[in-house]
Amino acid sequence: MAGARAYFDHAATTAMRPEAVEAMLPFLSGNFGNPSGSHAESRRARLAVDDARDQVAVLLGAGPGEVVFTSGGTEADNLAVAGAWEAMVATSSTPATALVCSAMEHHAVLNACRALARRTGAELREVRPGKDGIVDLDALAEACTSEVGLVSVMAVNNEIGTVQPIGSAAAVVRHRSPSALVHTDAVQAVPWLDVRELTAGADLVAVSAHKFGGPKGIGALVVRDGAVVHPLNHGGGQERDRRSGTHNVAGIVSMAAALAGTVSDRPSTVERVGRLRDRLGDGLLATVPRTSETGERAERTAGHLHLRFAGVESEALVVLLDEAGVAVSAGAACSSGAVEISHVLESMGFGREEAAGGIRFSLGTTNTEADVGHALAVVPAAVAQLRD
Amino acid sequence: MRVLVAMSGGVDSSVAAALAAEQYGRDQVVGATLKLWGGASDSGCCSVADVEDARRVADQLGLVHHVFNFAAEFDERVVDPYVRGHAEGRTPNPCIECNRHLKFDRLLERARGLGFDAVATGHHARRLSTAEGRFRLCRGADPLKDQSYVLAMLGQDQLARTVFPVGELTKGQVRDEARRLGLRTAAKPDSQDVCFIRSDQGRAGFLGSRLPLHPGRLVDHETGEDLGPVEAVELVTVGQRRGMGHGTDGKRRFVTAVDIANRRISVGSPEAAHTGDVRLHTVTWVDGAPAGLGGPRPGAGGAGVGDGAGVALLAQCSAHGRPVPSSVRAVGDELSIAFGAPQRRVAPGQTVALYDPDDPDAVVGSGIAA
Repeated sequence: MAGARAYFDHAATTAMRPEAVEAMLPFLSGNFGNPSGSHAESRRARLAVDDARDQVAVLLGAGPGEVVFTSGGTEADNLAVAGAWEAMVATSSTPATALVCSAMEHHAVLNACRALARRTGAELREVRPGKDGIVDLDALAEACTSEVGLVSVMAVNNEIGTVQPIGSAAAVVRHRSPSALVHTDAVQAVPWLDVRELTAGADLVAVSAHKFGGPKGIGALVVRDGAVVHPLNHGGGQERDRRSGTHNVAGIVSMAAALAGTVSDRPSTVERVGRLRDRLGDGLLATVPRTSETGERAERTAGHLHLRFAGVESEALVVLLDEAGVAVSAGAACSSGAVEISHVLESMGFGREEAAGGIRFSLGTTNTEADVGHALAVVPAAVAQLRD
Repeated sequence: MRVLVAMSGGVDSSVAAALAAEQYGRDQVVGATLKLWGGASDSGCCSVADVEDARRVADQLGLVHHVFNFAAEFDERVVDPYVRGHAEGRTPNPCIECNRHLKFDRLLERARGLGFDAVATGHHARRLSTAEGRFRLCRGADPLKDQSYVLAMLGQDQLARTVFPVGELTKGQVRDEARRLGLRTAAKPDSQDVCFIRSDQGRAGFLGSRLPLHPGRLVDHETGEDLGPVEAVELVTVGQRRGMGHGTDGKRRFVTAVDIANRRISVGSPEAAHTGDVRLHTVTWVDGAPAGLGGPRPGAGGAGVGDGAGVALLAQCSAHGRPVPSSVRAVGDELSIAFGAPQRRVAPGQTVALYDPDDPDAVVGSGIAA
């Protein structure tokens, strides 16, 4: 069994696309300049960053001036939440006193909102999704009162893969909290969905390159014209004074290449990976007793499959499957590496027992029929062993 | 044999992992660190620093390493009862309850589910096999580091699936081995005190953050005379000397009883702080109850035991206390221990470990002081 690995944790991270690797190489040594300078080396690097910015902007449905490169999704989310709040407080004559997020947000948003609330005394309203894993628009409307200054609803949930109605959510916010900015964490959406369309209603959109075949350590926040974010990183004033720090040139160039490749391949990827996902899901539901799928498959990206194996501790199943050559994940990993009970499942109204056996299979471009066959061969026995 | 090594990030379990890897083969041994406490501790939040040490030692030994999150059970089985105990005038031993419910129950079950034959820990204790295929639990080779007391609740089921690789070594030998292997934990200080209580916070700070603390009165245990105020009755333990001052005879005073309901702490002379006996509940035996303890009463059936004449055993009332020759008698499900010589009163909630007088290294059983 050693050797053959079937990787189903693409939502955690995925291998870099070859063209993204290729794209970054020249900027690691030969073209090493700092874009913020006045000589030829700088100009060459700046040209690369500007070209990449144009490309990323088009693919995300934004203008070049609306793209702020960050160190990744987490920084983009933090910049959106705290940066937008700070700007709002600094400029508004009647600053907002409350912010809203969905209770199933990634920790990058959830903890940024909680930290902001603690720091500023603002009231944080966490809106629970329905048991289908979709944000409850009625509950959202109820939370969105006139004193709300920021609303964050993710585009695709990272654990169960449900696609959120960002357009409708944004419309609710405009109607109920006219002065609020809408942020969406679109980190999980890029590989599967047209982000331009899905996030068109949002003022702030966070993406992360390593989720779509780019390198780790680079991401972006779209800040639509009219929305203002104050910087969290102070320094040389890069990114139009919204994010200081020398540009990660190789990362930026590579991210653009990865995004271009992802978008152009997306229809075929969705078709092919979706079929693999369905075969995996249908196969496991048919062969493993007392297994349920979380959320409606129709509401889900093509890459996500979330199953709950009753009477099994997911933490143990992850270990057993790892030994059997299958990489999956359970809940969210804490800094120590321990598995935490999923706040996403809890927010959807699943009890501790029900949530305990939750496993995410997240597929990606590199998965094959053989990977699915491998998982179908080993998962039933692993579950049975733990139920023994 | 596949072995799961419980690695705390300390030197003992690091060397236990090294020895297990040597004995059973690297591909047969996996390291696991338990995430038990979610709050702040002396080694950072979630004990991240300790997890890192454990993981890096496992890396160095070429072992796969996992982190298991047992924080919910730890709260439920160790921390909450510890807090509740103090609220009710008892002083539970959290390390023993952690061993009983987490390391030698939850972890053993997890290991079995994952297909491991045994769990190894870094405890200084020895598991010996008898000719009959039973297991004995004996003191570790280093008398100063012996941990058999905190393992005294183990029975055959657990011992059959547990190994103690460093039990035959002294602490010095453990550190030598760690240094020889170049393990990063070689010089790491031994852990002290209770893992979920920060040293800057102390027991009082921890309990005070989770319990309403109540002031009370100190009274003379004989005359009932009021001797003054006490800051928080929940923080006082039977047998405690610190903070109790001196009696009119100039001798130090000891706590003889804690009465939470009436917020009264009884104190007395050193003699009054001693007792000739103690009653134990939650009784466990390493390999069944010894004969002569008082067999089942005729017709009573089951495992119940009647009043017997008593068995001579050694009773040890704290982790490094002196074992005292005692007569042990069953009273229903409980044990009555008559000490051969008066002992400092055992605080309710504390464990008494029982050893074999014919083989003073061998644990016979345990119980919790009523």
